[in-house]
Amino acid sequence: MPRFVVDVMLKPEIHDPQGEAIAGACRRLGFGQVAGVRQGKRFEIELTEPASAERIGELAAELLANPVIEEFTVHPG
Amino acid sequence: MSQDVAAAPRARAAQDTVADAAATPERAQPFAALGLTADEYARIARLLGRRPTDAELAIYSVMWSEHCSYKSSRKHLRQFADKAPATDVLLAGIGQNAGVVDIGQGYAVTFKIESHNHPSYVEPFQGAATGVGGIVRDILAMGARPVAVMDALRFGPADAPDTRRVLPGVVSGISFYGNCLGLPNIGGELAFDPCYAGNPLVNALCVGVLRHEDLKLAAATGPGNQVILFGSRTGPDGIGGASVLASASFGGTGEGAKRPSVQVGDPFMEKLLVECCLELYRTGLVIGIQDLGAAGVACATTELAAGGGTGMRVRLDSVPLRDASLGPAEILMSESQERMMAIIEPGHVPAFMDICAKWDVQATVIGEVTDTGRLEMSWQGVQVVDIPPGSAADSGPVYDRPAHRPATQDELLAADPGRLPLPAAGRDLRADLLLLLGSPEGGDKTWVTEQYDHYVRGDTVLAMPHDAGLVRIDAETGLGVALATDGNGRYCQLDPYAGTQLALAEAYRNVAVTGARPLAVTNCLNFGSPEDPAVMWQFTEAVRGLADGCQQLGIPVTGGNVSFYNQTGGTPIQPTPVVGVLGVHDDVRCRTVSGFTAAGASVVLLGDTRPEFGGSLWAWLRHGHLGGRPPAVDLDAEKALAGLLAVAAARGLLLAAHDLSDGGLALALAESCLSGGTGCVIQPPADAAVFLFSESAGRAVVAAWPDALPDLVSACAAAGVSAAVIGTTGGPALELTGLFSVPLADLATAHRAALPALFG
Repeated sequence: MPRFVVDVMLKPEIHDPQGEAIAGACRRLGFGQVAGVRQGKRFEIELTEPASAERIGELAAELLANPVIEEFTVHPG
Repeated sequence: MSQDVAAAPRARAAQDTVADAAATPERAQPFAALGLTADEYARIARLLGRRPTDAELAIYSVMWSEHCSYKSSRKHLRQFADKAPATDVLLAGIGQNAGVVDIGQGYAVTFKIESHNHPSYVEPFQGAATGVGGIVRDILAMGARPVAVMDALRFGPADAPDTRRVLPGVVSGISFYGNCLGLPNIGGELAFDPCYAGNPLVNALCVGVLRHEDLKLAAATGPGNQVILFGSRTGPDGIGGASVLASASFGGTGEGAKRPSVQVGDPFMEKLLVECCLELYRTGLVIGIQDLGAAGVACATTELAAGGGTGMRVRLDSVPLRDASLGPAEILMSESQERMMAIIEPGHVPAFMDICAKWDVQATVIGEVTDTGRLEMSWQGVQVVDIPPGSAADSGPVYDRPAHRPATQDELLAADPGRLPLPAAGRDLRADLLLLLGSPEGGDKTWVTEQYDHYVRGDTVLAMPHDAGLVRIDAETGLGVALATDGNGRYCQLDPYAGTQLALAEAYRNVAVTGARPLAVTNCLNFGSPEDPAVMWQFTEAVRGLADGCQQLGIPVTGGNVSFYNQTGGTPIQPTPVVGVLGVHDDVRCRTVSGFTAAGASVVLLGDTRPEFGGSLWAWLRHGHLGGRPPAVDLDAEKALAGLLAVAAARGLLLAAHDLSDGGLALALAESCLSGGTGCVIQPPADAAVFLFSESAGRAVVAAWPDALPDLVSACAAAGVSAAVIGTTGGPALELTGLFSVPLADLATAHRAALPALFG
């Protein structure tokens, strides 16, 4: 079954409060070496028939990511 | 990415220093790209006696932006002070972060409404969320605990594709931020009009409570005192937001296109900041405080130093950064959220730091107050800023922009709605009622408001769908405040002077129908480009109308916000001043609700009804018509009505009271039936269409128990308010005898259908 993986991350300049909260929690748990965390989303998409990466990119831009503040990559699963 | 990037090596070493600026007067600087005109740039050079450094240019570009300097509006806004009614309720007024009003029993409240229109169009969720965060910090900076928020929202046609993008994002951004922060959302507005299609209006209001002695001001006093920046670290968020985004129209693409950068809000950090500030206030350590909103560190440092009549020395390297590559100009302009700046005596810094540490709030000493009268900033050991702080904060350019009544105004006024065919038959009247009731404009707003927490904190007495939000301030005495916002772009398009007074009158009336005594006014003035003389005429008329209206009603304007450049291409929005009125209840247990909750009460129409359809919801929805004159304004009648409603509430004469506005008596009756779950039987006069759909101002519909009716009638006579008994509450339907009857179930179906059908 054809598969794609879409990874979505906030653009590097965009503030990530959740990532900061996770980094703080890491340090409280004793992982003092954690300097920073940025959190993203991963989508694993299964297809009934082959599709182009461009087509999946259109889906990502429309639904999976918010292109105003996020960027994404599409790669075959 | 590093945890403590402030200590990391700086990416950019070569900075434009004060010495460089003096030595290289000819160096070209990108003032136009920062939104400054050539004249303004020359003015800066005159003030400084040299060209500004890059960092100084950054400060002036944001501080002299329309958003921060009110350069096109300032001349007109003076009327709010010049025409202010004599009052002893105002503890702090215009010019502070928010106005502060004495409500008795040692309490004061501070409230303000502010626009976040452009950011909410670019990124609806974060734009609206940070709008809530920003206004909450304004209230916090006055020394108050924020206790409630409201939002006045306006979008393009409800069925337009872009509205489906913007509205759900805005609503979830507001609910996310407000609900996480733990503030009840107690009211506001939701309106739709094609004029807002490319330019939604997102106006956020916050109200806070303090004891008189807790009042804080934004002033850096006492040379040697320390300047502390606390809250979130500084990143590249919203750089240039005030100068570029909020102060110019959205242009085309390509060269000169201005790219906004999106700010992301963190309500959990804001909650820590609120509790941290309130604990700091209790210790009495805080000498001066300022929130960081538009224009960030540039604004906070210049306003604190100017407010204190002092100077300030700031080490920009000390500012904790999220992105180590930021230079001084960017640090100054960053609009990173959830930050505050405080002035503290040196000996109190450790105690200050302990409290911040307790709340997990990062705090850093970044400078000190001086007596030099200069704002000096250094970066890696070199001086990059040396300016008189007042030159940025108070001495910006003031423009007297040309204002001309557009020729099209006469055509608009001439298009009288008197020629529109009025329905007479029962089935036509019924159809028009259901048309209004089932429209996104006139329909139930629950789809939006149910996403907001109304009751968190446990002091909400009234929220949507009542005419005003009402929160209890003191559980012992029942002291409380009521708040309402109103605006009507259609009325203002027809006559901005009268339209603004109608917005004021409606908000005043909305507060009064709950039984509150209206006390003070805030405003958010949403207009197109001030460089368009027709828009400027609308603006000057609106300000004059509001100032005259407040003078006549005897309630002062305590502060507000101007949002210009609300237009797409050359087409401005309808002039949309949103007016917020705050009123006081001595005891919230005596409030009046808007719904008919029991059968057997007399339904009484207060005020006079005339055939007034100019700008009405009926004319717009039934005929697509906008023309003629808006309803007549009679502020003395509004005052009389408000006084009567307060007396009637205090004496317990009323079962319900509901303001009449958009959609006239028809919508008001339907809403009162639905929110109280009880029908009514009404005996209409001969001109039923006028009776039902006219939007004459100064009216309310009330329900009174039969044994209270004589008292109510004599109170009306004493107040000079006309009162007509028009029917009785009860029954399973909204019935107009001899014309039509709509079962409550059908009424509810129509009322609740519009927004869910569009937004899911």
